[in-house]
Amino acid sequence: MSRHGPAVLDAGQRHPVRFTLNGRTVSGEAEPRMLLHDFLRHVLGATGTHVGCEHGICGACTVQIDGAPARACLTLAVQADGAEIRTVEGLAPAADRLSVLQEAFRTHHGLQCGFCTPGILMTLDALLRERPDCGEAEVREALSGHLCRCTGYAPIVKAALAAAEALRETDHA
Amino acid sequence: MAPDVHARNGDEAGWVGKSVPRVEDAALLAGRGRFIDDLGTPPGTLHAAILRSPHAHATIERIATEAARAMPGVAAVLTGAELRDLASSLVVGVKAPVECWPMAIDRVRYVGEPVAVAVAADRYLAEDALDAIEVRYAPLPAVVAPRDALGDGAPLLHEGFPGNLASDRSFSYGDPDGAFASAPHRIGVAVEYPRSACTPIETYGVVAEYDPALDAYDVLANFQGPFSIHAVIARALRVPGNRLRLRTPPESGGSFGVKQGVFPYIVVIAVAARLAGRPVKWIEDRMEHLAGAVSATNRSTRLQAAVAEDGRILALDWDQIEDCGAHLRAPEPATLYRMHGNMTGAYAIRNVRIRNRVVVTNKLPTGLNRGFGGPQVYFPLERLISRIAATLGLDPLEVVRRNLVPADAFPYRTATGALLDSGDYAAALEAALRDGAHASLLARRAQARAEGRLYGIGYAAVVEPSVSNMGYITTVLTAAERRRAGPKNGAQATATITLDPGGAVSVHVASVPQGQGHRTVLAQVVADVFGLRPAEIRVITEMDTAKDAWSIASGNYSSRFAPAVAGAAQIAATRLRERLARIAAVQLNARPDELVFAAGKVFSPGNPGNAVAFSRLAATGHWAPATLPEDVEQPLRETAFWTPPQLGAPNDADEVNSSLCHGFIFDFCGVEVDRDTGAVRLDRYVTMHDCGRILHPGMVAGQVTGGFAHALGAALLEEQSYAPDGSLLTGTLADYLIPTAMEVPELVILHYETPSPFTPLGAKGVGEGNTMSTPVCIANAVADALGVAEIQLPLLPSRLSEALHGAESSPPRREARPPQAAPGERALFGSGRAEVDAAPEQLWAMLLDPDLLARVVPGAHNVQRMGETRFQAEVTLGIGPVRGRYRAEIALSDLDAPRSVTLSGSVDGALGFGRGRGRLRLEPVGPTRTVLTYDYEAAVGGKVASIGGRLLDGAARVIIGQFFASLAAQASGRRPSLWRRLLRLLRGRA
Repeated sequence: MSRHGPAVLDAGQRHPVRFTLNGRTVSGEAEPRMLLHDFLRHVLGATGTHVGCEHGICGACTVQIDGAPARACLTLAVQADGAEIRTVEGLAPAADRLSVLQEAFRTHHGLQCGFCTPGILMTLDALLRERPDCGEAEVREALSGHLCRCTGYAPIVKAALAAAEALRETDHA
Repeated sequence: MAPDVHARNGDEAGWVGKSVPRVEDAALLAGRGRFIDDLGTPPGTLHAAILRSPHAHATIERIATEAARAMPGVAAVLTGAELRDLASSLVVGVKAPVECWPMAIDRVRYVGEPVAVAVAADRYLAEDALDAIEVRYAPLPAVVAPRDALGDGAPLLHEGFPGNLASDRSFSYGDPDGAFASAPHRIGVAVEYPRSACTPIETYGVVAEYDPALDAYDVLANFQGPFSIHAVIARALRVPGNRLRLRTPPESGGSFGVKQGVFPYIVVIAVAARLAGRPVKWIEDRMEHLAGAVSATNRSTRLQAAVAEDGRILALDWDQIEDCGAHLRAPEPATLYRMHGNMTGAYAIRNVRIRNRVVVTNKLPTGLNRGFGGPQVYFPLERLISRIAATLGLDPLEVVRRNLVPADAFPYRTATGALLDSGDYAAALEAALRDGAHASLLARRAQARAEGRLYGIGYAAVVEPSVSNMGYITTVLTAAERRRAGPKNGAQATATITLDPGGAVSVHVASVPQGQGHRTVLAQVVADVFGLRPAEIRVITEMDTAKDAWSIASGNYSSRFAPAVAGAAQIAATRLRERLARIAAVQLNARPDELVFAAGKVFSPGNPGNAVAFSRLAATGHWAPATLPEDVEQPLRETAFWTPPQLGAPNDADEVNSSLCHGFIFDFCGVEVDRDTGAVRLDRYVTMHDCGRILHPGMVAGQVTGGFAHALGAALLEEQSYAPDGSLLTGTLADYLIPTAMEVPELVILHYETPSPFTPLGAKGVGEGNTMSTPVCIANAVADALGVAEIQLPLLPSRLSEALHGAESSPPRREARPPQAAPGERALFGSGRAEVDAAPEQLWAMLLDPDLLARVVPGAHNVQRMGETRFQAEVTLGIGPVRGRYRAEIALSDLDAPRSVTLSGSVDGALGFGRGRGRLRLEPVGPTRTVLTYDYEAAVGGKVASIGGRLLDGAARVIIGQFFASLAAQASGRRPSLWRRLLRLLRGRA
């Protein structure tokens, strides 16, 4: 529901939707039935979030809503009104620089086609923030909400653990 | 000939062979990938949604599209009728009077077959329009299993395939009859290899446009090749090839063969664009993908071996029945023939008999999937090795060792015609046992068994073919038919190197990567040739058939990139380098053959101070062509076409070198089966690969690990499952289970390199091997753990529990009444009883009253009386997560007023269908009290079955129960409480 309290939405009408996307305020109009990923991709042009199944299994469309990973395919655009949304486009510190997690994926070949990767990064980014000391079991558990057909997961697990370690070292330094 | 690169690039180590970071990754990790749905479309582009058949087999009696066409935003609706006017059937790979349309025409033959396409301003509106299209089907009996399809009286799919048989060929190599007659043992296996699909996470996408002025189509699709299919598409669209411009996006979200199968949709969307007069875009959704994309074949195989006392195999006798689904779509039946040269696997077996039959069934048509034909062959072959060992009391490893192709025999011509390029199988096997700690695995098994646990070890030795011979598929034709059709062979690979006016190097290839990292490897290969850094090479892999160099073998399949395409790039670059060397020789006053290309410079090793910058030299052809030595061709752009001479057409004896390269894989694993649940735990898995020269170790590891994960899914979880009536049961990713990070264990990967003498870089394919070796390796281990001879995939806990504990007994049926449903239908039965405060005559009158029926049929509205005893209604029903509108028809028959009546009904809608028949009896138990008893049988199916399969039976019972309960309630003049309704439903359940 909208932050502005429960609103009565008309199925046949477009409604204004405004939220923070990677730190910037964005807005557009959406019918109540429009899914969040369609709004991100086709209304706002933020195509980094991918769509793999539209029924909540594959995890490719995972974004962070108010800091927590969520399926953009199981969220309506109007539900995101007033929220703080983070997507893969918001991970890198600069256009020519990757985050620690992204860099670990590159080093450990944690991606091949890269289609499922944005969702996986959003889940792992939240995991490493919430559970900086996480081990392999926790990483695998978090990844179990994502399907990857290219890598066989082993390099993703390796990348996540390497990123966790690098982040811990930065914190201690 | 492989040009000698390393002698001349000045850097002995070179970039090839190193795990350099992938150039693809930075954009993909930052959300800047350019997949098909990320690219802009021309202004005015419309969006398509596809209506699909809920029936496995039915005649289309009528498609009403007027209401859909009249909806706001809808530009066009395409049905089979329009398609037939504007396009032609796809060509079929066997000689038979059969058509293969990409959309149903008059008849549907599998659940998910496209029936109509709505084109609208956006996808939401297009999907709305689908709801308004009314299709009337007359269901036909369906056939699902390949052996059933060949049975007498099986439903016929195509008149042109009598008995559902599309092809039947028999082959004999050596003297199999003699070998079987004299062999001391005859040992065999029977395998029903199931269907699975590689399900890339990005689905299909097509954007098509038609230019009526030029009669030309422009198509963007995440198609992967082979581009032989371009000819098939152009022919279907009735244009010459130069009027079908087919482009691919820069990135594709995985394929594993599957995106070959987008091509029928290219035809459909291109015709929709022509009909709409505007560009049309279609992005497949996941449920469409699972029902309507493409599947690997399922195959029914009987394999017999003539075996000597010592375990040597003297002859093989293959009987394969390949199930290609409802249509034989190009390039099928290629799955069956891709392995034709390799039917003896890694073994030296000289006598082989093969019977290959291809059948059609009411399932999704098949096509490319990682492993393509390999898993279907190696499962029986390696199960056979295991059975020979068990039968003769030998160690399975000994049986493998005694039959392997010997190291001194390479290149080795197999009985069926393959030329195995290189290898030392025995040495690779022994290295795997040593480095993979086989001895410790034996100890683990002994220990586990001593503790009473179920632990087994499995092995698999396979030859992994790569770089397909474009002619192998013609082995399905007889030699005479091939002579008439003309020879087909080869595997043209292409690459173009361009030097720009600043001396910068670009590489264009027609390899269409789907995530493998081709751009990185090509940059390595070309950097080595020119003495540059990979970062200086720009590689373009998106395809454009109107502008790029390509051929029918172009594309991303049969693991051809490293052996063929990377080699073609090296050849093109080397040719340019030779020209540049001759230009530089003049400038440096040196001999061309003594010049070294290194560190961005060209110089003679004796005088490194006298050097010319590579960029300056490379720009010469642009800025000062007049200064080029007279006999030097322009050094601006070079395209290399490369095809190996070893890939000839099949000969008159039906021998065919089906692939150029042959990697070797030897796997072994240890598994434990949970005695209570039947769950399989993979304890340790070792895979040894000889994939020739390794160009990028990180990517090779990625291919092996990824192929292993696919294979693990196929072995333990995945089956594209159909009910006997042809309903798809695995229509969502909650039903079609793909391994997650929790299921895929770490893998031990080992290498034994024997470079291929037939490829420019010595590389062989590596991406498919584990999908061939791993399923049977795990199955052999599970069979060892359980001590069983018979084992089928997938190794589901329920199936293994049956082997451990016997079949689960079926729940007791209250009424011992034989099922009345037609054979092959999934039937529901039930009966019930209710007491009603009304006389039988009152109830009788109600049954013939449309207004009343409207109140008692669950979810009904708009009930119309169509005749004395026939009614039609619209009903809205929710089953599990799926709520849909259906058209219901109800008829009363066998009327015995006011005592009994038969109610027959059907519901039909976009989401599924059901048919049922119930007998209702009314018995007075007082002047105003009646006992109503009923029993019914019903069959349900369609999309709703594939989405809510587990909920469906219960839901159908609830709905049927609701009908009788509300009839009773209406008659009593009151609505029963929820509690009473539930009680009645429970009483009413079978």
